[in-house]
Amino acid sequence: MPVERIEGVQLGKTPEEVEEEVRRGVLLTTLDKAVGWARKQSMWPATFGLACCAIEMMSTGAGQYDLSRWGMELFRGSPRQADLMIVAGRVSQKMAPVLRRIYDQMPEPKWVISMGVCASAGGMFTNYAIVQGVDTIVPVDVYVPGCPPKPEMLMHGILTLQQKVRTQGTFK
Amino acid sequence: MSVAIELGDLAERIHARCPDTLVARGEVTAIVDRDDLLDTLAWFRDELDLGFLSSVTATDRPDGDPRYWVVYELRSIQGHHRARVKVGLPDADARIPSVTPMFPTADWHERETFDFYGIEFEGHPDLTRILLPDDWEGHPLRKTEALGGVNTRYHGAFIPPVDTRTTT
Amino acid sequence: MQDIPTDRLPRDASGQIRQETMIINMGPQHPSTHGVLRLLLELDGETVVTCKPIVGYLHTGIEKNTEYRTWAQGITYVTRADYLSPFFNELGYCLAVERLLGIEAPPRAQVLRVMFNELNRISSHLVWLATGGLELGAVSIMLYGFREREVVLDIFEEVTGLRMNHNYIRIGGVIMDVNEEGERKIRRFLQEMPKRIDDYETILNDNPIWRERNMGVGVLSAADALAFGVTGPMLRSAGVAADLRKDAPYSGYETYNFDVPVRQEADAFARYLIRLAEMRESMKIVAQCLDRLEEPGPVMVEDPKVAWPAKLKVMDDGIGNDPEYLRHIMEESMESLIHHFKLVTQGIEVPEGEVYQAVESPRGELGFYVVSDGGHRPYRVKIRDPSFANLQATPTMVEGSLVADAIAAIASLDPVMGGVDR
Repeated sequence: MPVERIEGVQLGKTPEEVEEEVRRGVLLTTLDKAVGWARKQSMWPATFGLACCAIEMMSTGAGQYDLSRWGMELFRGSPRQADLMIVAGRVSQKMAPVLRRIYDQMPEPKWVISMGVCASAGGMFTNYAIVQGVDTIVPVDVYVPGCPPKPEMLMHGILTLQQKVRTQGTFK
Repeated sequence: MSVAIELGDLAERIHARCPDTLVARGEVTAIVDRDDLLDTLAWFRDELDLGFLSSVTATDRPDGDPRYWVVYELRSIQGHHRARVKVGLPDADARIPSVTPMFPTADWHERETFDFYGIEFEGHPDLTRILLPDDWEGHPLRKTEALGGVNTRYHGAFIPPVDTRTTT
Repeated sequence: MQDIPTDRLPRDASGQIRQETMIINMGPQHPSTHGVLRLLLELDGETVVTCKPIVGYLHTGIEKNTEYRTWAQGITYVTRADYLSPFFNELGYCLAVERLLGIEAPPRAQVLRVMFNELNRISSHLVWLATGGLELGAVSIMLYGFREREVVLDIFEEVTGLRMNHNYIRIGGVIMDVNEEGERKIRRFLQEMPKRIDDYETILNDNPIWRERNMGVGVLSAADALAFGVTGPMLRSAGVAADLRKDAPYSGYETYNFDVPVRQEADAFARYLIRLAEMRESMKIVAQCLDRLEEPGPVMVEDPKVAWPAKLKVMDDGIGNDPEYLRHIMEESMESLIHHFKLVTQGIEVPEGEVYQAVESPRGELGFYVVSDGGHRPYRVKIRDPSFANLQATPTMVEGSLVADAIAAIASLDPVMGGVDR
């Protein structure tokens, strides 16, 4: 949208820059980006804490490493109300169908963070009892390594996911 | 008032009852037959105040005979002393009477031992798998079973090793 | 609202209105059950008729895995069993292996072990308070509990390098001495923490809601507890003064001055009071440990066949290998290099035998039954976890009470599913 240059007013920028700035200031963005921005703003995680990583996830939600900064302190008990599943901990063979069922119960759009090496790749437990990576059961968006990952690592994973959500296209 | 029994005294009294007793590293172990198990545990509970069953577990020695050793750890709450009772079971006949009627705590311990080793506890109220999925085949802690891991087969699914899996 | 005409309700053969119980599944994914515990509840209205706990959703195969790794690697597996009390797992395992080897850790290492165990007891009880409060609806307690826990985890990170699952206690001692910054942090913690526990007592002790929900709830008599193999605060809340630190002391506990709180009411409120008191006692022990640490000494046993060869040091960028030691093995002495290599890759050799070592973890008797066949790998490691036995008492505690009381009862039990399922 062309900008009308008013004589006598010095803006200190070239007309093209001004135009660009106006375009960015007014909400004339694509619907994709608007939706992406809104989605990342307060993703609600579903409680899926399993083992040691769950305690670090609770620490991330508690006072010191506050997940409330991103509107995520509200861990929903019901997967129907959640859009993010943080698989925190080792997934045993007995728990795998439960994991899949909880994932299926979540409405679209949904994302999965695989927290810790046990969820990402089986961790140190390469044995009969542990699923060697939850990406064999659910599609994972972000893998956060660590045993357990420090809260800052989990936050970095969440921010990476938010970056991904903000920039991914939703209407194809 | 303490019912504490010193190690030496404990070893002597147990040895008088169970001839196959050994003392090592400050512990007394009595090896009994499975037919004497319930009587022995009752005697331990009544005479030596060893009325608290800490754990029931098993060890697998596939090259030995007996193959399975079921191990009972007993503790005296008032007297602070401990003892161990071991029962050897042959491979072909891995059955043993359950001590659950005497010690209710053995309920889950025996289920776990059954789950891991396949040892049958006769008289157990509900001998089903406890830690592994109900439809799991095999008894994983036997030495003849593999550690499993990336080539585990469960419900027909085959999980390839991590470094051959690509998601991109 | 219209009344339902009672003549339309289904009736059974004798004319009574038919009532059925409802079978409800709680968990394994549930915000209020402690971890992945599944409860099969048969309800008559709001009252629990039968309760069946189903476990195994976190079975990790730790015991089988230890049979395929060296003795020192076993520590890393065992520490993740009961993940809220990693130091206790490590201590139990290392004490068992040391008894098989016939060695004893040096005195300074034992003091460090006791100190970190008691700090771990405090952090574990804080998680219990936080999650127990959260499950009963006291959300602020969750934030306070985790706030205090952050201080303790900071201490752990300063000394061991990790917040959880530390792999700090090794066979023959501990891996590193505590540094000055760590000692300073512990002293500051000991100054601050008593006031926080006073805060918790101010908030909760006379709180009518907390008292209503916890008093008379989850009652487990001493006879029932002993029959079910229950130990720890659950047993001590029923009047039985059983604490392995006093009954069968290990690591020098007989030389420390502390009390073991015991109560008679055997309900959830009694367990709450006991755990708060235990936190205070633990701080007393930590203060005594700090005094004993004034004297320097080795932290790993001298025997070269057993001692972990690497020397770690806190440097500018964190904990790493001691440059002096590296220079020694890389440049000066070939034998040291070979020795280091063999001990780290092949592992130590432990003589044949079996041993059962129990420690008093925050949840009760944590026992390790370790069998060796004389090799470089364990033959059998069985972890006798306190929560595994404690959970068996759930039906007795819960049947006949309301569903909400069931949650309060299980919260007072403080089960950690990592230990139950291993």
